Formats: sequence, structure tokens, C-alpha cells
Amino acid sequence: MSHWLAAAGGNSASIPAPHVEYGQLSPMLVVFGAAVAGILAEAFLPRRARYWSQVTIALLGLAGAFTAVIVLASQGYGSTRVDLLAMGAVALDGPALFLQGVILLVAVVAVLTYAERKVEPKAGGVPVDAFVAQAAATPGGEQERAAVRAGFASTEVFPLTMFAVGGMLLFPAANDLLTMFVALEVFSLPLYLLCALARRRRLLSQEAAVKYFLLGAFASAFFLFGTALLYGYAGSVRLGDIADVISGEAPATQALLSTTQNDALLLIGLALLSVGLLFKVGAVPFHSWTPDVYQGAPTPVTGFMAAATKVAAFGALMRLFYVAFPGLRWDWRPVMWGVAILTMVVGAVLAVTQQDVKRLLAYSSIAHAGFILTGVIATNKQGLGAVLFYLLAYSFVTLGAFAVVTLVRDSRGEATHLSSWAGLGRRSPLLAAVFALFLLAFAGIPLTSGFTGKFAVFQAAAAGGATPLVIIGVLSSAVAAFFYIRVIVLMFFSDPQPGGPTVAVPSAFTATAIGVGVLVTLGLGLLPQYFLDLASKVSPFVR
Amino acid sequence: MSYLLTATCAVPAAGAVLTAALPAGTDDGRRRVTKIVALAVSLATLALAALVAVRFEPGGARYQLTESYSWIRSFGITFSLGADGIGTVLVLLTAVLVPVVLLASWHDADPERGAGGTADPATFENRRRTQAFFALILAVEAMVLVSFLATDVFVFYVFFEAMLIPMYFLIGGFGDRAGGPESARQRSYAAVKFLLYNLLGGLVMLAAVIGLYVIAQDQGFATFDLPTLTGAVADGKLVVNPTAEKALFLGFFFAFAVKAPLWPLHTWLPNAMGESTAGTAVLITAVVDKVGTFAMLRFCLGLFPDASKTFAPAILVLSLIGIMYGALLAVGQKDIKRLIAYASISHFGFIIMGIFAMTSQGQSGATLYMVNHGISTAALMLVAGFLISRRGSRLIADYGGVQKVAPVLAGSFLIGGLATLSLPGLAPFVSEFLVLVGTFTRYPVIGIIATFGIVLAALYVLVLYQRTMTGPVKDSVRGMHDLKVRELAVVAPLVALTILLGVYPKPLTDIVNPAVDATLSQVHETDPAPAHPVAATPGGEQK
Repeated sequence: MSHWLAAAGGNSASIPAPHVEYGQLSPMLVVFGAAVAGILAEAFLPRRARYWSQVTIALLGLAGAFTAVIVLASQGYGSTRVDLLAMGAVALDGPALFLQGVILLVAVVAVLTYAERKVEPKAGGVPVDAFVAQAAATPGGEQERAAVRAGFASTEVFPLTMFAVGGMLLFPAANDLLTMFVALEVFSLPLYLLCALARRRRLLSQEAAVKYFLLGAFASAFFLFGTALLYGYAGSVRLGDIADVISGEAPATQALLSTTQNDALLLIGLALLSVGLLFKVGAVPFHSWTPDVYQGAPTPVTGFMAAATKVAAFGALMRLFYVAFPGLRWDWRPVMWGVAILTMVVGAVLAVTQQDVKRLLAYSSIAHAGFILTGVIATNKQGLGAVLFYLLAYSFVTLGAFAVVTLVRDSRGEATHLSSWAGLGRRSPLLAAVFALFLLAFAGIPLTSGFTGKFAVFQAAAAGGATPLVIIGVLSSAVAAFFYIRVIVLMFFSDPQPGGPTVAVPSAFTATAIGVGVLVTLGLGLLPQYFLDLASKVSPFVR
Repeated sequence: MSYLLTATCAVPAAGAVLTAALPAGTDDGRRRVTKIVALAVSLATLALAALVAVRFEPGGARYQLTESYSWIRSFGITFSLGADGIGTVLVLLTAVLVPVVLLASWHDADPERGAGGTADPATFENRRRTQAFFALILAVEAMVLVSFLATDVFVFYVFFEAMLIPMYFLIGGFGDRAGGPESARQRSYAAVKFLLYNLLGGLVMLAAVIGLYVIAQDQGFATFDLPTLTGAVADGKLVVNPTAEKALFLGFFFAFAVKAPLWPLHTWLPNAMGESTAGTAVLITAVVDKVGTFAMLRFCLGLFPDASKTFAPAILVLSLIGIMYGALLAVGQKDIKRLIAYASISHFGFIIMGIFAMTSQGQSGATLYMVNHGISTAALMLVAGFLISRRGSRLIADYGGVQKVAPVLAGSFLIGGLATLSLPGLAPFVSEFLVLVGTFTRYPVIGIIATFGIVLAALYVLVLYQRTMTGPVKDSVRGMHDLKVRELAVVAPLVALTILLGVYPKPLTDIVNPAVDATLSQVHETDPAPAHPVAATPGGEQK
């Protein structure tokens, strides 16, 4: 407790000084610190020094945060010890720590794809990346041409991403609804911006950003309104307190007695919170933003968003349902059944007709959200471990797949239309084989990480009594397999089009990103035991 | 613990990797190195398989030479291998056929001779084409061997599914030179059809595998170990309620029936066999499809004895329809390879009928049938492939009078054909007779109707021979050269085996019969009361 507080109040008990455990919060603090350092670098360093310093700051920050996660885990946090930090606002438990580790690794790989400067042709004599020269310039205007000629680059993407990562670290760890909302906004706002920063096809990119922002703002508003209603019901925003009120374990006060007679506040509040979170994971019927945003955003951002947002949002979703609403399981499970079924079926069926590889991957990510939801619904310990493992497996396949997309290019930038991928396997067999591996992992073919993950969630769902979900999941997997295979056919068995795209030779950054994706995909497929153990040994959610 | 079984599976797997990694090139020297390495690997595998057969003691334990390694502990999965009598003969069949197929396909992957490549031999794809083809065949062999030897349900499932991927590339990427301008499209259609049918079957089986695990786990058997599970089922320690058992049986059986293939799930086979090279077609029908019928014996009957008995009559009817339908369509075919494919569908009907007749003769006959059908179809199909490679057409109408120009080729074709129609004295006769007798003792009507399948077989084989080989020499056939040394080396072992096993099947029946008796005792089934008239098989005497 600081000195002036004690002196000012005299009665220090009425104003408790916030107690902050800096050590345990260090993963988030390091990342936010790196983000601030990035902003300062952006402001004070000369233009030509910015790129390398930003890449260095971002990678160092992420590595530092990951080290902090490892240190915390080695102290037993997440497996044998759990804690509530920052006056109960943040949880330090197994799922939180595991997902923070995954998000950080995902972010490292994503930053590597951001840093790629070899595939885009030089502008103004200097190598440039996938991001716009000057975001404020009107697309196609004279000011933009001048910026491109001058070789400008938007190096602010790195600190923006770091802020997003910080928010994502907080999101699955947030132990009260307000912290959760703040985390949601902290990672969403930079993402809206990042979506608008594509160097090519700027109008599409800006349209994507506006769509994402408008719909995301609605979702946030839903979430906030749900928080308010639940506060009205339970008199607290703490997840554990809400659970106590629902189960009737909380001491009955006059205020509580008057609100808890009416379940409307509770149920509507829960529904609104779910809308906010299901929007972020891209579950049907809150999925419609996904294809447009995935298509329009710069591809490295899409990869980051598709992987990391999903990890963070599923973490928060599970914490919400498992900590605050276990007592309402019989109310929310039927609804989530419906959502999961719709998500799997709609994602798989709509993907069949897609003609753009980024939209295809977007619909595939919707279908995968459905598969993950079947594990969430299991509400058993196996389900928790299975979802954690699935998120780990899925995010690296996604990152790798989008990294491959950045390399297939024609004169107008990335050639994302599927027809231009025809015969890619004949001209560039290695890249096509890698992409085929990622597609097979998405399809859940054995000996890839996708299969292990799918097996784990379906097994948990079946053990949790959700056999119909498993059957629907299996059938929509078959539909999904169809469109993954369609791409493989196109790459290997179709004749290349004249004037089709070329495959850019990437720098070590993207090559590393793709290589990590391949390694994780095969590693988690062939020898998954270590990570399955890690995911299944995590402690349950702390209250 | 011996490492023999692992070595038998690992040698072709390592060989596949090695073959794929050999230096690329368009010159014949480089290619020949690849081919010789692949052939040497397959011969080494044959030697190991022969060692397995020698070490196997027919009167010994059910599973011998067993090995077990921890793989995924979280799900109770061990990498367990073990040879039983049925598996051993099928391992031998696979190990014999693969070198033969490699030798027969010697030039199929040369860009200037086989179809499916682009015209320019210098493209990357064409430079690696030979390596890819031979590596894929070895990969399929490795996966098939694991499937025949796996005593862990999960391990079996993984390899049962994973083998689809190399198979898919073999079908889609390599065709015979008979293809017209449409052939690339038709081939990729055939490959996709193959994959989707089998993937759907596999995914349905996945749901059943998960269901089995969850049910077993509830009763304290958190394992996929087949002997443990079948033992527990037989002792009544693992009780599956009848509805669930039926559902699980259907899940497993569906996958195997697609693979086998059983009418009405057969439609992928004529496409796949027609469009691929003769070697690939043999690999499909003689090796890969056998995994389906083998798995019916090992998994369906062992794990779900009651459901197997419940569904046996229905399956017998389907197999009967398959026998007649396949034979009738074979009679009407204009394309030689499709004719052989429909003949195979008819034969798979016999195999499945023998399995589900639930008599010792029926099942011994079915197992022998798998071996004999493999050898005889390989002979017929490979000689047909040689014929097609000479003329560049698959149409029966394009041939006539070949026996005057190429008598050895015609003679080999005749022996393969006579074996296919089960001429007494050749191997398939023994097995077909056993299947029919075994079926007749329990289901006389079905046995009698099935006998007409033999008549139809005589019709389609003899008409095929008559139209292509006899009669006036067609202009298109004039100047056709006879079998070369390499081709003779392909045909000779197959013909020798056909005759040898027709005259003296005892070595095989000795190995197979105890395993069949063990399988039958799992379903609590004994042969019908009156002593059956077949004294030739030890299986009958041991009753």
C-alpha cells in the first residue's frame, strides 16, 4: 500500500489500494510494453530504421512474454496452482496459461509473415511488405502514388498487432465481465484497423474493415448490454459471483431477493453475452462477416486473425460457460447444440461453392468453429483438453495455409481466385504439396494434426452424451472434405492456365512460418502425446 | 519382443521416402536407378513377409509375433501389431503382388509413354514423375501391411484412412496411354470419386470407433487393443446394448463395404480401375480392397458378434445381388479394364458371402478367395495392361486375332481368364467351391442362386477372350509383338501360383483354418449339424 493513500484517507480500509501481481501478469505486461515501445519507435526513429526495429521489438516482446508463460508454468501455475490476480479481475489457471502460450506462438509466426518483404515488387526502389504505403491516402489518388514512389511503409502494423495480442492474452484470462469486455475491445480495435491496411485492392480492404468494425461494434454492444443485465441480476460482474447467485449459494440480500425472482434478466443477459462471443468465434448465425473480412484483409493479418482470435474467443467462451453458467447448463446447452450444428453444416455447405481461396478458408474456419463447439458443449474435462488441443492444432494449420496464399501471385498481387491455382502442383510441386498437407489437415485426414484434434473433440462430445452432434460433425466433415479435395484436384490434376500466377520465392521469414506450420501439422499428427498430455493436464477453470 | 512385423511395415515406408528422395532427371539412367531401388525394397519386403509366414505357427496363439509400443496414451492407443492366420496370408499376398506390380508398371510413369504428364519432359513434374509413382506404390504397400497386422482398432483406422491419399494421387496422376483428350478429366473424376466414397465410409467408421471407445471406457476398458476388447466382449465383461451394437456394427461395416466394395457402394471401382494404370488397378482391387473384406472378418465379427449375426442375412442378400449385378454388367462392358472391374465386384460378392455365411468352409473359402482373386485378377489385369499398352486402346472392339500374332500374351490372358471363371485345377476354383458349399449348408437358396454367378463368369471371360484373341487378325493388331522378358517375369509367378494353389492349397488352408475357427467361435457360431461333405479341408475335420 502506498504511502500517500494511507496519509490521504487516514482510514485506508475504505479505499483499498489495488494489489497487482506484476510477476504473474508479466506475459500481458511484456506484450503491452513492447506495443508501447513500438509506438515510441514509430514516433522517434527515422523512417528507414523503423522496419527492422519494429520487427525486433515485436519478436523480442513475444519471446519475452512466452518465456514468462513458461516460467509461470514451471512454477506449477496452470497445473497444480491457480490464482486470481489484480483483485480477482484476471484468472491465472490452466486454460488461460495454455491459451496464452498458444496465442504467443501464433503471434510469433504471424509477425514473421508480416515481416515478409521479398514477395511484393519493390516500390520506390525499396522492398515493401503487404501493407499500405500510407493508410490515410485516398486509394488510387495522387497522394497514394506519391507515397508509393517514396517507398513509405506502414510499420505501425507491428505495434497494432502487439496491442491486439495483449488483448487476446487478457481475453481468455478475464475473470469478470468488464475485464472481458475491455480485453475484447483492446484486441478488436487494432484488428479493425489492420484489416484496412492492405497494399493491393485497397477498396476491398477498407470495405472489409468497415464491415468488420460495424458488425463488431454491434457484437460488442450486445456483450456490454448483456453485462449490464447480468449485473442487474446478480449484483456483480465477477464470473464466480454470478455462478453463486445462480446456484443460490450467495448470501441472500434484499436486493438479490428482488432480482433473482425474475430469470428474464439472467437469460437475456446470457444470450446477449453469447452473441458477442459467438460473433468473435465466427459461429453461425453470427458468421456473415467472416468471408468478406478474411478476403479483404491483408493476408498475413487474415492468418493472424483466423488463428489467434479464435483461440482467444473460445477461451473466453469456455470460461464464461464453465465458470459463470455451469448451473444453467440445461438452458444453454440445447441452444449451443443448435449453434454448433448450424455452424458445422452451414460452414461446410457454403464452402463448396466458393471460388476464392481466402473465402474458402473463411468458410472452412466457420466449419471448424462448429467442430470446436462440439467440444465446448461436452462440458467435461476431456472436452476442455480436447478444445485446447484443437485450437493449438488448428491455428498453425491456418497460419501456414494463409502464408502459402501470400506466395501465389500475379501482376495484380495475390492470385486468390481458385481458377488461377489450376496446375500449381505441376509448376511448383513443393508449395502445392505443402498446401495440400494443410488442406488434408483441415479435412482431418489421419496422421495430420487435424485428425488428432477432431478425434479428441468428437470423443469428448460422445463421452459427454452428444452423439448426434458427433454424427453431424462426421457428415459435415465429409462435405468439407469435398471442397478441400477440389482444391487439391485443381492444383495437381488440372492443366495450368496460360498467364497464370507465379510462385514468389519468399524470404526466410515466410519460409520459417510455413515450415513451422508443416512441422506442427505433422508433429501433432504423428506424435501428439506430449501436447495432448499438456492440454489434458491443465487445471480446471479457477473461480 | 521381436521387431519382425514392424520391420515388414517399415521397410516399404522407408523405401517410399528413399525413392521419393532419389535425384530427379529425365534420362533413362536416373529413372532406372529409381525403379531398381523400388523393386529391391519391395523384394526385401517380400523376404520379410516370407519370414513372417515361416515363423508363424498355425497351431499357436491367435496373434503371434506381437509387438506393442506406446503411442497416444491419452486415448489408450498403442501401436500394436500381431499376425493371425488370415492377416499372414494377406501380408504374403501383398508382398508378392507389389514387386510384380512394380515390374509391370516399369514404364508407366515415363512421361513420354504413360498418360497424365505434360508433353514437355523437362518440367519439374515430369522430372520427378517416376520417383513419385514408385514411392506412392511403396507407401500404399506400407500402409496396407500395417492394416493387415494392426491389433489396435485406432491404428488400423488411421492407416485404413491414410492409405487413401497415396492411392488418390496414383489414380489421379497416372493413367495408361489409352486415354483420349478427355482422359485427364475422367481420371481426376475417378480419383475424386474414389476418395469421396472411401472418405465418407471412413468418417462414418470414425464415429463408430469413437462410440466404441466411449462405451468401452464407461465399462473400464479405456483401450483400443483388439484382443482385449474382443476378449471382453466374448467373456461378457464388455456389454454393449443391442441398439448401440447394431449402430456401431453398421458404422464399421459401411466403411468396409465401401472399400471392398459391396453392391450398392461399388460405383467408384469401375471408374478408378478403368482410368488408372493396370498396375494401379491391381493395387486397388487385389491389395487395397482386401483390407475391407479382411476387416469385416477381424473387426466386425470379433467386436460385434451379435450384430453380425443379426445383419448376416441382409448382407448375404446384398452380396448375392453384387455377384449377379457385377457379372451381368461385366458381360455388357466394351472396355477391357472396366470389364475386369465389374468381374471383381462380382467376386467381392462371393468373398463377403463366404464371410457372412458364418460357416468354417465359407470363411476359409472367403480368405482363400481374397488371395486367389488377388493373384488371378492381377494376372488378367496386368496382361490386359500389356495388351492395351501395345495398341493404345481399352476397347474390346479394337482387338481381334491377337493369339495368332502374340501367342504367349494370349495364352497368359487365357490362364488369367480361366482362373477368373474358376476353372477346376486353378486356384480360385477351390475357394469359390468352399464359399458356395459353406453358404449352401446354412442358406441353401442363396447358395444355389449364387452358383449362377459362375455361369455368367464363364460367359464374360470367354466372350472377352473370343472377341480379342481369336478370329481374323485385325489390321490394328498386326505387327503386335509378343511378351518381352520383363513382361514374362511379371506373368510367370502369377501363373505358377495360380496353378500351384489350385492343385495344392494346403499350405494356405493350414494357416487360415485355425484363425477362421477362432473367428467363428467369437460369434458363438458352429457349423450346421449334418457333417458337411467337404473332407478336403482340415477346417472341416477339426470340428
